[in-house]
Amino acid sequence: MKKLLVANRGEIARRVFRSARDLGIATVAVHSEADAAAAHVADADEAVAIGHAPARESYLDVAKVLDAALRTGADAVHPGYGFLSENADFAEAVQAAGLTWVGPAPDSIRAMGDKQRARALAEAAGVPIVPGSGRILSGVIDGVETAGMAVGYPLLVKAAAGGGGIGMKRVDDPAKLLETVAATQSMAAKAFGDGSVFLERFVPKARHIEIQVFGFGEAGAIHLYERDCSLQRRFQKVIEESPAHGLPEAVRARMTAAAVALCRHTAYEGAGTVEFIVDAASFEFFFLEMNTRIQVEHPVTEMVTGQDLVSLQLRFASGALHSLPQSEIGNQGHAIECRLYAENPAKHFMPSPGTLSVFTLPGQTPGLRIDSGYRQGDAVTPFYDPMIAKLIAHGATRDEARTKAARALRDLAVEGLQTNRAFLIACLENNRFAAGDVYTSFIDDHKNALLAAATEETKA
Amino acid sequence: MAIINIKTEITGNIWKIEAKPGQRLAEGDTIMILESMKMEIPVSATEDGVLVEILAEEGATVTEGTVVARIEA
Repeated sequence: MKKLLVANRGEIARRVFRSARDLGIATVAVHSEADAAAAHVADADEAVAIGHAPARESYLDVAKVLDAALRTGADAVHPGYGFLSENADFAEAVQAAGLTWVGPAPDSIRAMGDKQRARALAEAAGVPIVPGSGRILSGVIDGVETAGMAVGYPLLVKAAAGGGGIGMKRVDDPAKLLETVAATQSMAAKAFGDGSVFLERFVPKARHIEIQVFGFGEAGAIHLYERDCSLQRRFQKVIEESPAHGLPEAVRARMTAAAVALCRHTAYEGAGTVEFIVDAASFEFFFLEMNTRIQVEHPVTEMVTGQDLVSLQLRFASGALHSLPQSEIGNQGHAIECRLYAENPAKHFMPSPGTLSVFTLPGQTPGLRIDSGYRQGDAVTPFYDPMIAKLIAHGATRDEARTKAARALRDLAVEGLQTNRAFLIACLENNRFAAGDVYTSFIDDHKNALLAAATEETKA
Repeated sequence: MAIINIKTEITGNIWKIEAKPGQRLAEGDTIMILESMKMEIPVSATEDGVLVEILAEEGATVTEGTVVARIEA
């Protein structure tokens, strides 16, 4: 691997460039019209303009991205997360062009991208799955009520082709099931071109705990411990940490073994994440989905294990790394990641695009890492996701990491748009959070207290 | 009879215009849908009335507080 094109933007493009540079690999950025002056463009050795601002006319355009790779003589493509990262056709096109795809085999992406197939694979690998129905095709209503009773309430109606919380509706009352299924089918048909849905049991007080894995194909797979990503808003993660507070060692062992079993069963290649929903009271865990790419929150794992996951991806894809023994993966201390979003927590976390008139980061401190997609003066446009930066703090204990993260957020100055900076501090310093009582509706349940604390923080 | 200005709540791109001039709207009815940072945000009628005009085109970028439609209420 001599020259790597990163088919992405923002902090993840910059993050991948860093590891590529460390390995002596030249870097190519792609960018839309809106990103011509973006930080990731300045970081790369070369940059190619690939189209208009809307993602479907640039970052999601397979032909344009591939053309950029071929024109610059890149011999490998890293997709980052989001955009084309879980697009099997893109992975195939990259390989068909004779380039190295930094990711799992296209068939793995395709299998895991279809929730029903992913569930079937998990079941076959002996991984516990949430009670659920089979696929309910678009327009089909017959038998839905029986399926609902078998799954049990409360349940979720999910679009088979959906993801990231999109196309998901909760039903508590069996009388509401039919109308919700019909509405989700029609929404899914429009949004994803596939109106199939399925039903899944909903765990009322749940934690979202995921296992970072790395597969070496037929040579086996390893895990890099867990991340607790329970703190979410609008079904999207806000704060992630490792280890998961209070997770019994025996449960951790069963979860990591299940994740590795799934990788072995599918001869998985490269970095991936097996997501589980965990009952906060009983620690029963169920497979949710597998993400076949590097995740936003991967630095949490890097901080506790000392591994460079992107470097592992690049070395494995280039053939320089064939396997790694599990015994080489240690974990030390506790890491917490906070996602700084351009949004207004007081207004239902509505996006807040704008220009970063002031954006200064706290000084370098041991155990503090900031992955930012933007610099002072940059515009955060409405075209892409609202994440400005990730702040990751590592300490000997959870309290140390928590305190370090809050201090760093206080030392960070950001003006010109609304952000969740004060809200993040409010979460970190909330009594229940400090006690480790995290679960997926934590932010919803404590919203008033968190917003009040955030307002106080802003005044201070 | 009063003319009500319908303004956008956030900066975004106009993804889809759903209502047509002359159409009768009830408070809360969607006039158009904005797309911002991967979120779809509806722009709705703030009162019952008749849609007089649409002042934006699909695909256009609008800043917060832009008048994008008028209603006669």
